[in-house]
Amino acid sequence: MSGVRVLVGTRKGAFVLTSDGKRERWDVSGPHFPGWEVYHLKGSPADPSRIYAAPSSGWFGQTMHRSSDGGATWETIGNAFAYEGEAGTHQWYDGTLKPWEFKRVWHLEPSPDDPNLVYAGVEDAALFRTTDGGTTWQEMPGLRKQDSGPSWQPGAGGMCLHTILLDPAKGTPQFVAISAAGAFRSDDGGATWQPANRGLRSDFIPNPEAEVGHCVHRIARHPSRPDVLFMQKHWDVMRSDDRGASWHEVSGNLPTDFGFPIEVHAHEPETIYVVPITSDSHHFPPEGKLRVYRSRTGGNEWDALTAGLPQEDCYVNVLRDAMSVDALDPCGIYFGTTGGQVYASNDAGDSWNAIVRDLPAVLSVELQTLT
Amino acid sequence: MIRVVLPAHLRALSGAGGEVTLEVPGAVTQGTVLDALERAYPTLRGTVRDHVTRKRRPFVRFFACGRDLSHEPSDAPLPESVAAGSEPYLIVGAIAGG
Repeated sequence: MSGVRVLVGTRKGAFVLTSDGKRERWDVSGPHFPGWEVYHLKGSPADPSRIYAAPSSGWFGQTMHRSSDGGATWETIGNAFAYEGEAGTHQWYDGTLKPWEFKRVWHLEPSPDDPNLVYAGVEDAALFRTTDGGTTWQEMPGLRKQDSGPSWQPGAGGMCLHTILLDPAKGTPQFVAISAAGAFRSDDGGATWQPANRGLRSDFIPNPEAEVGHCVHRIARHPSRPDVLFMQKHWDVMRSDDRGASWHEVSGNLPTDFGFPIEVHAHEPETIYVVPITSDSHHFPPEGKLRVYRSRTGGNEWDALTAGLPQEDCYVNVLRDAMSVDALDPCGIYFGTTGGQVYASNDAGDSWNAIVRDLPAVLSVELQTLT
Repeated sequence: MIRVVLPAHLRALSGAGGEVTLEVPGAVTQGTVLDALERAYPTLRGTVRDHVTRKRRPFVRFFACGRDLSHEPSDAPLPESVAAGSEPYLIVGAIAGG
């Protein structure tokens, strides 16, 4: 019997939502880690019972946890994230240089093959990994020591590494995205990195087409099309057809091209989803209508999906890690809001229902498809 | 035995009760008490003091005997009544409203 598990990170703990393959009736467990900010939790593709979670606190810093039973129980694992060698400096808001300082984990990306191998994107921006199930974490320093590193600076949310795409063939890090430095590509499994921002234009930096300094919010791709990438930038929805060597805009008829998440349909590589947000100063949907936009043409031509979503007086946001798809047929798509709702569609976005309505602000939504 | 009172989040994380008792070999200072706490409850490593700098996290405070010891040197002796176990050493999360 197939089913799904929705892993929800919130401002005040984590929740696990489960359903059978119909995705109509849901069981809710949680809060796990009550009172802690759970930026992200994600399951291992190699062992779906293994889930990693990254609760943090403004008071008590970062903790890390691992479940071996699908999120029913958790054990505390290593939480020491030390930068490799000399920490170095990056740009700060006031024009001074600031030493790299670990603040929190934003994103976890477990290996597709090995349940003990996990990559972690952190603030201040760096890439770490564990090979022992989270007991110890080591930096992959080639990214931070990339030539442009000292010129990186934080966005308003902090200088965070929030997106990690693994090479579909090798399972090793291939793309990361950092706010507000941009996208970076590695061709050697994460040892060395190059900026991958050609074609991006950001009017909030002195040179709008600079090699780095872009506020990339999220990158997604379909595993069957390793050369094709989709990006939700601070403004602009972008597409690359050459593995990040260049990007072109596919915002098309969107009501606004500001937003945070972007996702790809599990079975249709040219079907993509975004949630337009009014602007960088108005982090809520245009006209108070919560609309997911779907393109079946890989961008440019977009249709609003509204059935079951609030179409008046809605002023929530949907954050960058808060949308995900399952692998069932028809494809399910899910997103969480800063108002505490988690919406699910079991028909690729044609209709929506709220699984839960009153959670703390949702920071992340990840799917596990169980068989 | 040294008595240490933990804030709610760290009680949950460590699995300890509200007040723990610790054997502290040698001089009883904030540093040696926190070292003993982290030895007894390894899951608390990094939550009271930063892993790398070993400094107190900014929103964590240390109180004892009606005094705020947060800015005292980590190697300064704690009050005799804390060392004798008659008064607890309190680890407190700063209040936050809203």
